[in-house]
Amino acid sequence: MAEKKRKKSAESNPMSEYAIYLEDVSKTFSDGVPALSNINLRVKHGEFVFIVGVSGAGKSTLIKLLLRELKADSGTVFVNGFNLMTIKHGRIPKFRRTLGVVFQDFRLLKDRNVYENVAFAQRVAQKSESEIRRNVPSMLSLVGLAGKYKAKPKQLAGGEQQRVALARALVNQPKLLLADEPTGNLDLYNTAEIMKLLETINEKGTTVVVVTHNDKLVNDMKKRVVTIKQGMIVSDAENGGYFDED
Amino acid sequence: MKIRTFFYTIEQGVVGIFKNKWFSVATIATISACLFVFGIFYAIAFNIANIVQKAEENVSVTIFFDEDITEERIEEIGEILSRRSEVGRYEYVSAEQAWEDFSVKLGEYAEGFTENPLENCANYQIYLNDVSKQNQLVSYLEGVEGVRKINKSDFTADTLSGINLVLVYVFIGIILILFAVSIFLISNTVTMGISVRKEEITIMKYIGATDFFVRAPFVFEGMMLGIIGSAIPMGLLYYLYGLATELISEKFSFLSFLKFLPALDIFQYLIPFSLLIGVGIGFVGSFFTVRKHLRV
Repeated sequence: MAEKKRKKSAESNPMSEYAIYLEDVSKTFSDGVPALSNINLRVKHGEFVFIVGVSGAGKSTLIKLLLRELKADSGTVFVNGFNLMTIKHGRIPKFRRTLGVVFQDFRLLKDRNVYENVAFAQRVAQKSESEIRRNVPSMLSLVGLAGKYKAKPKQLAGGEQQRVALARALVNQPKLLLADEPTGNLDLYNTAEIMKLLETINEKGTTVVVVTHNDKLVNDMKKRVVTIKQGMIVSDAENGGYFDED
Repeated sequence: MKIRTFFYTIEQGVVGIFKNKWFSVATIATISACLFVFGIFYAIAFNIANIVQKAEENVSVTIFFDEDITEERIEEIGEILSRRSEVGRYEYVSAEQAWEDFSVKLGEYAEGFTENPLENCANYQIYLNDVSKQNQLVSYLEGVEGVRKINKSDFTADTLSGINLVLVYVFIGIILILFAVSIFLISNTVTMGISVRKEEITIMKYIGATDFFVRAPFVFEGMMLGIIGSAIPMGLLYYLYGLATELISEKFSFLSFLKFLPALDIFQYLIPFSLLIGVGIGFVGSFFTVRKHLRV
């Protein structure tokens, strides 16, 4: 049914086929240093994509463009059907509610417990208390933290904190999950656990884009890999691999 | 705004006050200090203004009539006076009344007079609304038929209107300085408090919070701190004002000419005005400081 709807919508708007549609996108910082040059990237709904590259290659800038934290200097940027080149400031929150974001440093609210951190995303999206009471526990169960809903972030291990961040990112059922180095601060075991979770989430229909420079992780997963080097996409391969030059 | 957003705003605003205790204390202390000084100047200025006003009420212009003037014309002049906006009140003093008053001052010397030496001294004693308009009234009255002579005191009128003007300038100057100082201090304090919560604001923005949703609890918090910060000095000043006026009246009898305004007269305007300033400072301080962090 959802697939049918998507196809119909794709016929009327070609951009709606893609979660991410970038064409000739460039971004130069105010000091004149080019961060991204002529990026072309299309990610369809339901895909799982790794974006890889060494530090300073332009991965973080790309994430910021996709979040509309930065605006590209030129090109076409569509994310979840929103034209990020023309979007008005007041519409950005509505756009961001279609995304889930996970960061390397988790970015949890330290003074609130696990439940409140996840519920916070629902409150921002102005969900009712009954919806929050229904959605938050089920999301915590999905990430395996149902028993720790009262714990504060500092009482949790790194892997658990990242799961809370994942639960927060997913509780509003985003179409697209952006994960910026989600395993950067985790050990091997927790890295594997988080990646398993991301795969599960992807299987349920959410588009997942993971930015990383962890070559082992990328090579084990056998997913689509987009490699960025000096602000340009140098390869884009299904079941691709990556060799970390760092 | 949805009702749950409204309650969320209030809840988070109150939580914010307690969560950042030292920031809240610093903000309240800053607002309190500024409004305390402001309140002192306000009370002093209004008491001086009251003393000047009382003095002004005793400044009068006296007009004497032509010798052959009729009673009807005197009444007509009275009606003319009642229509003039500069005139606060006026009294008719007959020649007999004038001599009676004067003979009291003369004492036994008055007994030597068999006839009223002030026969032609019936007059209107005019008290002004505003002494600075004395000249305006006098030049009008000079052209009124039946008016022979006008007595006025330029020195007293000029001095009083000069004091009034200085008072207004000093008061405006003090308010402006205090306002600028408090905005500066408060924006610094708010900046400190908000930089601690910058991460929280960034997370909210990434999750898709609107600017209003992010800002409202901070603004509510700022306004609450403003209310508390203005209520404290007002309570303190109300108590101290009563104490100070009582002490001055009791211990310094040579200052008995100073008639202080009752506390109610001062504080019925000062309290709402200060609360408004407190809330305004809290609102402006938090509104603009949060704005800097919303561009995520």
